[in-house]
Amino acid sequence: MLGQRGAAYSTLRDTLTTAVRSPLKALRSRQRQDEIIWALEDVSFAVQPGEVLGIIGRNGAGKSTLLKVLSRITEPTRGRIELYGRIGSLLEVGTGFHPELTGRENILLSGAILGMKRLEIKRRFDDIVAFAEVERFIDTPVKFYSSGMYMRLAFAVAAHLEPEILMVDEVLAVGDAVFQKKCLGKMGDVARAGRTVLFVSHNMTAVNQLCPRSLLLENGQVKVMGKTSEVMTQYLKGGAGKGGEWVWKDSRRAPGNHRIRLQAVRIISNGKITSDVDIDKDVSIEVDFWNYAAGIRNLGVNIYLQDGMGTTVLSTANTPNANSLEEDWFDQPHAPGLYRATCTLPGNFLNDAPYYITVYVITLGPLAIEVEAPQVLSFDVFDTGGMREAGGGGGWVGAVRVRLPWRTELLAPLEDLQPVEAGQA
Amino acid sequence: MPTTTSDTDSFLPPPSALTLPEKPLVTIEPKGWWVGVNLRDLWSYRELLYFLTWRDIKIRYKQTLLGGAWAILQPVFMMLIFTIFFGRLGGVKTGEFPYALFAFAGLVPWTFFANSVTVSGNSLVGSANLITKVYFPRLLLPAAAVAAGLVDFMLAFIVLVGLLFFYMVPPTWNLLMLPPLIALTVLFALSVGMWLSALNVKYRDVRFALPFMIQVWLFVSSVIVPSTGVPERFRWLLLLNPMSAIIEGFRSTLLGLRFDWTALSIAAVITLFALIGSAYSFKRMEKHFADII
Repeated sequence: MLGQRGAAYSTLRDTLTTAVRSPLKALRSRQRQDEIIWALEDVSFAVQPGEVLGIIGRNGAGKSTLLKVLSRITEPTRGRIELYGRIGSLLEVGTGFHPELTGRENILLSGAILGMKRLEIKRRFDDIVAFAEVERFIDTPVKFYSSGMYMRLAFAVAAHLEPEILMVDEVLAVGDAVFQKKCLGKMGDVARAGRTVLFVSHNMTAVNQLCPRSLLLENGQVKVMGKTSEVMTQYLKGGAGKGGEWVWKDSRRAPGNHRIRLQAVRIISNGKITSDVDIDKDVSIEVDFWNYAAGIRNLGVNIYLQDGMGTTVLSTANTPNANSLEEDWFDQPHAPGLYRATCTLPGNFLNDAPYYITVYVITLGPLAIEVEAPQVLSFDVFDTGGMREAGGGGGWVGAVRVRLPWRTELLAPLEDLQPVEAGQA
Repeated sequence: MPTTTSDTDSFLPPPSALTLPEKPLVTIEPKGWWVGVNLRDLWSYRELLYFLTWRDIKIRYKQTLLGGAWAILQPVFMMLIFTIFFGRLGGVKTGEFPYALFAFAGLVPWTFFANSVTVSGNSLVGSANLITKVYFPRLLLPAAAVAAGLVDFMLAFIVLVGLLFFYMVPPTWNLLMLPPLIALTVLFALSVGMWLSALNVKYRDVRFALPFMIQVWLFVSSVIVPSTGVPERFRWLLLLNPMSAIIEGFRSTLLGLRFDWTALSIAAVITLFALIGSAYSFKRMEKHFADII
């Protein structure tokens, strides 16, 4: 299994049989064996030089722990990782930035913290400034930067790292669309230059675009590794959507924190739990969650509905301004317990397509994300009725398919118009 | 066993055109009960020590009116207060030298030590965002804090030299002891700061106990009263505090007094053990930093 030069399976190899204890549990010295949650268990894989590997998985699957272990931020409890090259990790944008320092100073500092040598930074300095488009403000403290400028500069430093192995965690979720595109392009360049990239993201479009191969983590284990398109199908279909219900049996693994934790998400249509929805029927999405915080207020349950391309079709919430029902729940204090929020989408609204549900639970004032469960469940909408053929053969184009009131009428009969036309001639 | 998608051997990497070194550059494994300080790793990150020190210096006096003058004002004000209360009112005997000079010669290394320990003791907690996001030898953070303190020390030292000129104290060969004494102070400050910084990650009590501890420490470090002013039967206790020997050593260096070689040797030995001990316990605690900070 160990690396040898020239042999077929011997190149860059981070053979990894790793398991990391849940950080909190590890602190308590006298714990029973069955109380230990392994954030990663028996994870083993190899990545080649020049390969861009996508790492996907639901929240709590162990993606972040994997990146942290690989980038030596936390130590594995057991197992081994072999890295054939310098490793650079990009777990956030702006690592090492200090608001009081100028753009120029921050490039030097952040570069050094991310592992660049002084000469390297000097050599790439102009490229970084040009990439970030902050030439005019390079000697201004970054605390005076707009958030966009700050992000651009921070990413520019990171994008110009030259480690043999680069690990990226969802940093592309920031900035405007144009800049995101630029960042994706940069990542592609990095890979083409023969360097290895491990890319963790919820952005399916980005993973699809960048990574020929992907690895799917589930409950701290490698569920599947292979072609991205196939892994993604497993990810979207596999974990979620089975029977239209997802229940976290082990609440410690459920998305959430010590205040709020998800218990289950399910789809109900035509009176039963299902992942196949008739286009004519209403669809209810139920979110069951534990509230552990006594007297918590302003608790918002948000649902994002995405299509197969990762585009958000709609977002909705149980907040009074977004709720069409007169409900007096939102700003009341809530006793600890199990709660259910139900949102009903009308029939004849979604198109006949697969949809993916992302759930957030937030508290307002100040805004805090308590639960984030991306693509937790999926369902398919089927057209069984008469509209199927009426679309002109190819189905209805669009993210939604709403029956809208149409009125078509005769404005004037042809005979009445003829004298006018004649008069004009 | 995980399942694979299309090809049965997708776990086996495809052959690669690029050749790689025979041995991995880095191997990550859990460490056993014995943890050594990886000096090679530290050395390869020496540039980062420079940058972190530079950052600490740069931001220390940002958005202050007086800026670097604080490095001088701190010991100078302390000197004035000590001179009034202990020199005049307390009548502390300082031999042939005026109390102001006596106090300032001790306050310059003491201020360096006190600030270094305070800043480095809080260095890890203050850089939580770095520790959870990127790898580098964590030891660099307290080390950079101590190194940055040296700049303040130099500034205050210039004032001290001026004071020596003012009182017309002639330089002696004792000045040769200055570099080893500074080195000893740095190492002792590093060992205390390093240990406290690691402890601070787990127990934030350190942050509150630290200022108090430093204040008490000042009174037993021969800054205010020379060791000769301490009753004979308690004097051996001062030997257990390296700062006392170091500060007396500084005075001997600058004022041309006799060195207490016994006290200095004991201080050096204690510093050595403190350094090894605190580096060891730092490494022991290091692996949990990212999880609990």
